[in-house]
Amino acid sequence: MARVGAAGGAGVRVLRWFLLPLVLIGVWWAASAGGTNFYLPTPGAVLRAVGPTWTPATLRADVLPSVARLLAGFTVAGLVGVAAGVAIGLSPALRAYTEPVLEFLRAIPPPVLVPVVMLFAGIDNTMKVTVIVFGCVWPVLLNTIEGVRAVDPVLGEVCRAYRISGWTRLRTLVLRGASPQIMTGLRQALAIAIILMVISEMFAASSGLGFTIVQFQRGYAIPEMWTGIVLLGLLGVALAGLFGLGERVVLRWYFGLRRSGRGAP
Amino acid sequence: MRTEVPPAPVVAPVAAAGAPRRHRNALRGAAGVLIALAVWELVPRVGLVRSADLPPVSSVLRVLAREAGTGAYWTAIGQTVYAWLLGLALAAGAAITLGFALALVPRVRAFTTSTVEFLRPIPSVALIPLAVLVYGTGLGSSLLLVVYAAFWQIYVQVLAGVADIDPVADETARSYRFSRWGRIRHVVWPSALPFVLTGVRLGAAVALILAVTAELVIGAPGLGLAIAVARSGTEPALVYALVLTTGVLGVLVNVGVRAGERRLLRWHASVRREVPV
Repeated sequence: MARVGAAGGAGVRVLRWFLLPLVLIGVWWAASAGGTNFYLPTPGAVLRAVGPTWTPATLRADVLPSVARLLAGFTVAGLVGVAAGVAIGLSPALRAYTEPVLEFLRAIPPPVLVPVVMLFAGIDNTMKVTVIVFGCVWPVLLNTIEGVRAVDPVLGEVCRAYRISGWTRLRTLVLRGASPQIMTGLRQALAIAIILMVISEMFAASSGLGFTIVQFQRGYAIPEMWTGIVLLGLLGVALAGLFGLGERVVLRWYFGLRRSGRGAP
Repeated sequence: MRTEVPPAPVVAPVAAAGAPRRHRNALRGAAGVLIALAVWELVPRVGLVRSADLPPVSSVLRVLAREAGTGAYWTAIGQTVYAWLLGLALAAGAAITLGFALALVPRVRAFTTSTVEFLRPIPSVALIPLAVLVYGTGLGSSLLLVVYAAFWQIYVQVLAGVADIDPVADETARSYRFSRWGRIRHVVWPSALPFVLTGVRLGAAVALILAVTAELVIGAPGLGLAIAVARSGTEPALVYALVLTTGVLGVLVNVGVRAGERRLLRWHASVRREVPV
């Protein structure tokens, strides 16, 4: 992304970061201060509700299991998606056989799988993890297939000439070459995983972040509900941030390549 | 900020192999579909899973045919499509307007980056309780979720597209004294359009997911609500028939948006093929 504006001092940079958020919080405060809107508590009221609502005990009981299920489902979906995607991507015949079915399965909006998987797996942890796996696997799978297909054919020839084959070829040529696409798939999958984590808990659960937020809403505990929404938002921001860090490590070669490509005449 | 780059120009690699290979691949695809359907039919019949959990495909298709004869089925589809389309249009309108306005004044845009980077990853399902309180089970709930989710997908692409303008074209327009509006219309808009349409394509898929989610979880009218109702009924085949319907809808959305994108970008290098010699 292009650098925007002239290089200002540290003060300008800080102002740039914080001015708009502060203005928005100010607007929120001003809009809610009159207390006329029952659904919109003041930021202060929400902040005061954080302490009693999210104690270490409730965090352990509600938030930790949710995050664990999300990560478990995401990991399984990632492994399955990459493994199957490499197999299908390397074999044109297999790809021809599976393509229409996979395109259809991908087109099903993942949340409708929640009721279907509930038929099989009841409403316990297995169900929730299965739902996340089923919903997340498609973007990983299809992006991996595309990535493997698009691996530079010249590099493939080079591998053949140097008799690089088997595991080394897979690791250094196929997975490496497909990794930008695989990361794109994983990023899409992460967003879906968060949606499915929340929905599966709203649908059928007795604990978890999604369940707790809906309980607050049903009980008209409005400031508490807002703390839940903010917590869920922070979780999304944190996961996206962590993923971005991981991506930067995995794709360091790729970003470097693009930069040098752009700088070249 | 992460963006998806529109497809680079490609020369069709199978042009030489041509029709026979395409033909064979279509046959293989059809065979794959038939195999999948056969497995679906047999697995419950031989008792690998209870047919109450997974009814054989033949009975699901029978239920689907029965439902297709009822008005309620088509009404539900219409409601879902309406929420999806309206939400997508609102999100696209807002994202394009705001994206263009801000991209043209980089100084102001620098102040919005932190807010955008924070708001974008917030999962739109976090807004479900709020939507229920404010809009109840009406269309408004669906729209809130759909617009929030689709907006960011499109907005980020709009910003990337406006940043991607060819500086030579821009300077040419300046030296010919194009007005500000003329530059937007004849330089910025066509350069950014491929990015905008990529954003709309990504947003369309996300919008459908959120439209169905709102119906399923909140109870806004549409296919999702029909699935939620069918689940508590005694006919599992109906749940599967409706899930199949959402899949068909998803395929149609993907195909339709792609076709529209190709049509609008006929002039662009990624769509225009070399004239065969």
